[in-house]
Amino acid sequence: MSRARETEQAARRRDVRLRWLLCAPALVVLLLAASGPLLIVVTYSLLTPGNFGGVVWQFSLEGWFRVFFSRDIFDDTVGFAGAHLDIFWRSIRLALITTLITAILGFPTAWFIATRPPATRPIWLFLVTIPFWTNLVIRTFAIQEVIRNEGLINNLLRWAGIISSPIQMLYTDFAILVGMAYVFLPLMVLPLFASMEKLDFRLVEAGYDLYANRLRVLWHVILPLVKPGFIAGSILVFIPAIGAYVTPRILGGGRNLMLGNLIELQFGQGRNWPLGAALALTLLVIVVAALIFYVRTAMRDSGGQRG
Amino acid sequence: MPEQPEADAIQIRSVSKVFGSGDEQVKALDAVSVAIRQNEFFTLLGPSGCGKTTLLRLIAGFDFPSDGEILLYGQDIAPLPPYKRPVNTVFQSYALFPHMTVGENIGFGLKMLGRPRAEVEARVAAMLKLVKMEPLRNRKTSQISGGQQQRVALARALAPQPKVLLLDEPLSALDYKLRKEMQIELKRLQAETGITFIFVTHDQEEALTMSDRIAVMSSGSILQVGTSREIYDHPAERFVADFIGETNFLDGEIAGAANGRADVRLGSGAVVSASLPKGFEPGRKVTIVVRPEHAEVVAGDAAQGAALRGVLENAVYFGTDTHYHIRIDGSGIFTVRQQNSRRTAVAHAVGDAVGVAIEPDSAQVLKD
Repeated sequence: MSRARETEQAARRRDVRLRWLLCAPALVVLLLAASGPLLIVVTYSLLTPGNFGGVVWQFSLEGWFRVFFSRDIFDDTVGFAGAHLDIFWRSIRLALITTLITAILGFPTAWFIATRPPATRPIWLFLVTIPFWTNLVIRTFAIQEVIRNEGLINNLLRWAGIISSPIQMLYTDFAILVGMAYVFLPLMVLPLFASMEKLDFRLVEAGYDLYANRLRVLWHVILPLVKPGFIAGSILVFIPAIGAYVTPRILGGGRNLMLGNLIELQFGQGRNWPLGAALALTLLVIVVAALIFYVRTAMRDSGGQRG
Repeated sequence: MPEQPEADAIQIRSVSKVFGSGDEQVKALDAVSVAIRQNEFFTLLGPSGCGKTTLLRLIAGFDFPSDGEILLYGQDIAPLPPYKRPVNTVFQSYALFPHMTVGENIGFGLKMLGRPRAEVEARVAAMLKLVKMEPLRNRKTSQISGGQQQRVALARALAPQPKVLLLDEPLSALDYKLRKEMQIELKRLQAETGITFIFVTHDQEEALTMSDRIAVMSSGSILQVGTSREIYDHPAERFVADFIGETNFLDGEIAGAANGRADVRLGSGAVVSASLPKGFEPGRKVTIVVRPEHAEVVAGDAAQGAALRGVLENAVYFGTDTHYHIRIDGSGIFTVRQQNSRRTAVAHAVGDAVGVAIEPDSAQVLKD
């Protein structure tokens, strides 16, 4: 009897050991690739900048201080770092608008695909993924080619006699939004499609049957049911959008910085690595806070997912 | 709403429905006409693919007829979208909204009609009481059983007080016992609400027990409309006789006809009295149907005078009754269903020569 129990316990211990062993490669990668770099960034944000970039190993909160405040170079008075706060706000705003645009464009696109006959759906999905075949930088330059002053749109409008001088689109927030919406649209369409494909169309009929017209069926039946797709798509779009680097760099010119560009600046020309590190962590905190807030609100409204 | 008891709630006038186009056209309904009376429990009965669900969807407005008219109390509703028809549906899979509570599901139709909040609340409460679901008002629909979902679906469809309630095989997903319960429940609800029910099913027993009238459908057409008894006892066509219940078909010739009755001479020479549709002349070859319970196995001397004679091939005991399969001389198998009462304790042995006596006035001549 006790022999049996010992054998069983030994077997269980062996099981547990084996489980850890099998998980080990993934754990090591996670530790080294995720926690490691994060730790380095946290450390750097608390050090003193070196004269030619890099850091001096001396503790300082100056990096974090400069994220939010600026010191006047003449009288040493402290004020808010208006430029940084502007860029934070702009990044959040542009990322939110991008998410909204992709949602508005993505919904009918996903709906179109989800309502095709099952046999042809893979073809449409395949078409949605085609932009991923080309490098992001090249795609962004292609947009530049379309919207610049001597570009496709302006030339067409001038040729048609609608305008006499070109409309300035490049190097504006509009250009950044066009670029980001174009780049991130598939990330919204795919999860939306996934949740629409699962949608029971008899529920739509039930809505019509119970005196809801098309708009009300959309609002009261379809949207609540595809909400998980919206949540997933919004997360997939918002996170890369708020930290976007290539798109604002190429389409926003030097004037319209977003957080990604500001951080890059500190590690490059700015030669202030601690500030760059602190800015990167601030971005991380903004993203995490936004996610928690968003998921909480979304889940509370739909309820069902958490029972 | 007109209040004459015999008013027609729904009139289907030569409605056709064609799906697909070109070479792939499928005619789901072929010039169907039928009138459904107010406060009636009307059943569309037929095998799958007969067009019964298509007809229901045309009345609900989910599909539009290719041809013909659908009148609701005299008004053509065929071109109206479903949300403008005072008609509600109980779906086969219930189609309850998973993101709403039981109460919200039931109140949805009234809310969409723009009724005041207090009225919606009161109506939802009344509906919950009607289907005996009051304690579950705030549950999610995923947290209740299949039978309860069925009740919620009924309450949701009844809440806006539709002029006609459409039920698309609503009981098919329930187990046997619950189905029996819901059959009684449905009849009660129909009596209490006074709403016209149009019920679609492929289950002949369900149709016979619940309906005021039944329309038997096959390949896009209505073959016969009548009460349960008419359909069962006097099937007009071979399909109807075959689809509903068990039936014996016998070939014969009309020996004489008068007043809707005929004497039919069978192959054996015996003459059987049968109900006769209009337009049949003496001398014509016909098929008659005899229900298994309208015949009796007789042995000995009585067998000599029986309508049919043969050899007992098989006897299957079912508890309440016994099914005898008799190979008729010069013909096929004839089934007799006989109740196992203490009185008729005569046991027939397999291989016995027996006769089959057909009860008077129980045979029916088929139209085709």
